[in-house]
Amino acid sequence: MGAEAAAAGVDETPAVELRGICKSFGPVQANREVDLAVAAGTIHGIVGENGAGKSTLMNILYGFYQPDAGRILVDGRPRRIRSPLDAIRAGIGMVHQHFMLVEPFTVLENLLLGAEGGFTLEAGIARARREIEAIERDYGLEVDLDAVVRDLPVGVQQRVEILKALFRGAHILVLDEPTGVLTPQEADHLFRILENLREQGRTVVLITHKLREIMAVTDHVSVMRGGRMVAHRRTSETSTEELAELMVGRKVLLRVEKGPARPGEPVLEVAGLEVRDDFDVPRVRDVSFTVRAGEILGIAGVAGNGQSELLEALAGIRRPSRGRILLRGRPVEDAARARARRLGHVPEDRLRMGLVRSFTAWENAILGYQRLAGYLRGGFLRRRRMIAGCVDWMERYDVRPRDPFLHAADFSGGNQQKLVLARELEHDPDLLLVGQPTRGVDIGAIEFIHRRLVAMRDAGKAILLVSVELEEVMSLADRILVMFDGRIMGEMAAEEAEERRLGLLMAGVTAEAG
Amino acid sequence: MNDLFLQVLLLADSTLRLATPLVLAALAGLFSERSGVVNIALEGKMLGGAFAAAAAAQLTGSAFAGLFAAIGFAVFLALVHGFASITNRGDQVVSGMALNIMVAGLGPTLADAWFGQAGRIPVTAEGARFRPLTLPFAEEIREVPVIGPIYAELLSGHNILVYLALLAVPLVAWVLYRSRFGLRLRAVGESPEAVDTAGISVAWMRYRALIVAGVLTGIAGAYLSVAQNASFLRDMTAGKGYLALAALIFGKWRPLPALLACLLFAFADAVQARLQGVEVPLVGTIPTEAIQAIPYLLTILLLAGFVGRAVAPKAIGQPYVKER
Repeated sequence: MGAEAAAAGVDETPAVELRGICKSFGPVQANREVDLAVAAGTIHGIVGENGAGKSTLMNILYGFYQPDAGRILVDGRPRRIRSPLDAIRAGIGMVHQHFMLVEPFTVLENLLLGAEGGFTLEAGIARARREIEAIERDYGLEVDLDAVVRDLPVGVQQRVEILKALFRGAHILVLDEPTGVLTPQEADHLFRILENLREQGRTVVLITHKLREIMAVTDHVSVMRGGRMVAHRRTSETSTEELAELMVGRKVLLRVEKGPARPGEPVLEVAGLEVRDDFDVPRVRDVSFTVRAGEILGIAGVAGNGQSELLEALAGIRRPSRGRILLRGRPVEDAARARARRLGHVPEDRLRMGLVRSFTAWENAILGYQRLAGYLRGGFLRRRRMIAGCVDWMERYDVRPRDPFLHAADFSGGNQQKLVLARELEHDPDLLLVGQPTRGVDIGAIEFIHRRLVAMRDAGKAILLVSVELEEVMSLADRILVMFDGRIMGEMAAEEAEERRLGLLMAGVTAEAG
Repeated sequence: MNDLFLQVLLLADSTLRLATPLVLAALAGLFSERSGVVNIALEGKMLGGAFAAAAAAQLTGSAFAGLFAAIGFAVFLALVHGFASITNRGDQVVSGMALNIMVAGLGPTLADAWFGQAGRIPVTAEGARFRPLTLPFAEEIREVPVIGPIYAELLSGHNILVYLALLAVPLVAWVLYRSRFGLRLRAVGESPEAVDTAGISVAWMRYRALIVAGVLTGIAGAYLSVAQNASFLRDMTAGKGYLALAALIFGKWRPLPALLACLLFAFADAVQARLQGVEVPLVGTIPTEAIQAIPYLLTILLLAGFVGRAVAPKAIGQPYVKER
């Protein structure tokens, strides 16, 4: 089918066609009159900011939501897709952003779920094993079928998801933000798998907000903004700049503009630090560094290499088992006292640690600072003053909607992050710890957050930035440390950092190559 | 015959009788909790079953009519629980407790209205009770040393529901680990979204789990009122539903360990019954109340001390809502 499709040229029937899709959730129009045609045997990218309607559109295609209006055609035939089962029957497979795997199950059990082939599992297991091993060979998707999913690294879990779709006979594969959790190397591996799929004649729809990936693997790209499909391009005829502008609706600076740092005296000094996790396993080992006023120190690394534990220890949330943390020359005792000594912390996981989901925006905007003088009168919160303050911050940080009484859970990821950032920055810290400042945040907001951080630095604050986005660390930090397996693998000035060398350090390779 | 040996046999025998409703209820809890629905309502469903069994058996004179009525009523209660907690995504514990309270009041009230015996339903009709079954050759081999008494005293002479409960354990284990239904059941309690995206209805899976749980609690209820005893009494389950739930947790939501936990609780209960009124050297007669507390104290000790690392199905207690 692959060869035929290629020979048939441009005017063949699209593998998937969406016509006039509309969908609203209450007052929010998530999709408005969306048209999309995905040519068979191609990799088709869909880009757009968070909330542009990409995921809604794909969830409609997968039968999770029913469109208010519009039609879906698969291989030229109109299809009613009312449930994931209909989508699977139509040959559509989906790899969700959050994996849909049963963690205590083995890989095989996960693959079998929903495709058991009979009341007893015995026969199905033998058949599945044979078929899956054939699929693994064809597409280079090596996975141990008897491994328990919980024990597998995320990159492998994602391969299980792809296998699952292929095992169910998907010839159209939709991937929603697949590289968010992967290292650059793992992402490259994924792209090779996708190219393999295309060669075998399968169709791939790739949803992402990372333009670099779009340019690297797709054949066509469609851009969504505000629920509408605003442009379709051949990837070879467009550029990241054009796509960014189409996504945001105005020109955007992809590169952070900043002058050279003027480091002052040390604000944070860490020496010989060891931190253990809840299971008493050392996750940070013998780490030492200094952050000075007026500089951004970036820590790069693949998620799960001790950065989270390091941040928690620095913020006073987790007690180090060895070593010393000095904030302005004095040890950090606990989170509350650290805060009083002007340590700001934007935690990595804003939903778990940065916000209380069921609190309103204004309550969240003072969380952790409620004991400060300006907020209390005779032990009671000065509500009106706090609400006014929150409205002011929402204005300046462009938090939408500007409703201080809305619950934190009802804001989008980017707006939640802006709220946390406003709280931590506006309390004027000397040292700011920032974990994954732009995770799940759209391009327009990323630009804003990056500018704020650089402005903080120029105002003479010390900033420690932890991010798994290598690009972000490279463009923001003045100095870069790479963490692997709890250790600092190397340090380099931002000017001399290059992606390949950092990538090797992130993978734990230290050999002095050049 | 050695007297001590006989004592042990009798203790084991009553352990088995006392364990039967616990085992059935624990298996019922296993189905529903593995599917992600906390089943605090085991107590009420069992009590409802006991009520329906007694009423139907007394009116028709058929123990099996009582059994089916018990199953029917318990399934009905399970569907109400499901409608509240699955379809309408209500809190599973709150709706479960509501059922318990409702049944606790409804049973005696209806019993009073229909039978006029102060909330009691006597099961006196001919054939309305499950009678003990004598296993083949029980009398013939009674005299064989050791094996004979074990067979005749311990294994033989129970009613059919006891055997049913014991057979249900391996059957449930097989269904849970070797069948499609079991695979989906285990998945839906861990990761309902994975089940949903695999094209399987989460709600229907949970309803089916609750229906199976209803059938099992119905049998357990019938056992109480028309097999073990011969009447329905106010609050006759006396916390057995909660005890079964504790056994399920102690057994880490697995059939065989749950069975063992049930046997342990039942053994404590059997010992308790034997100890009442017995002179204990040095201590004298222990107050009945203190002895009756033994099984419950054991529950608390076990759950507090040994189950620290029991990991519940991940999605338990959470109504399934698609993202956003």
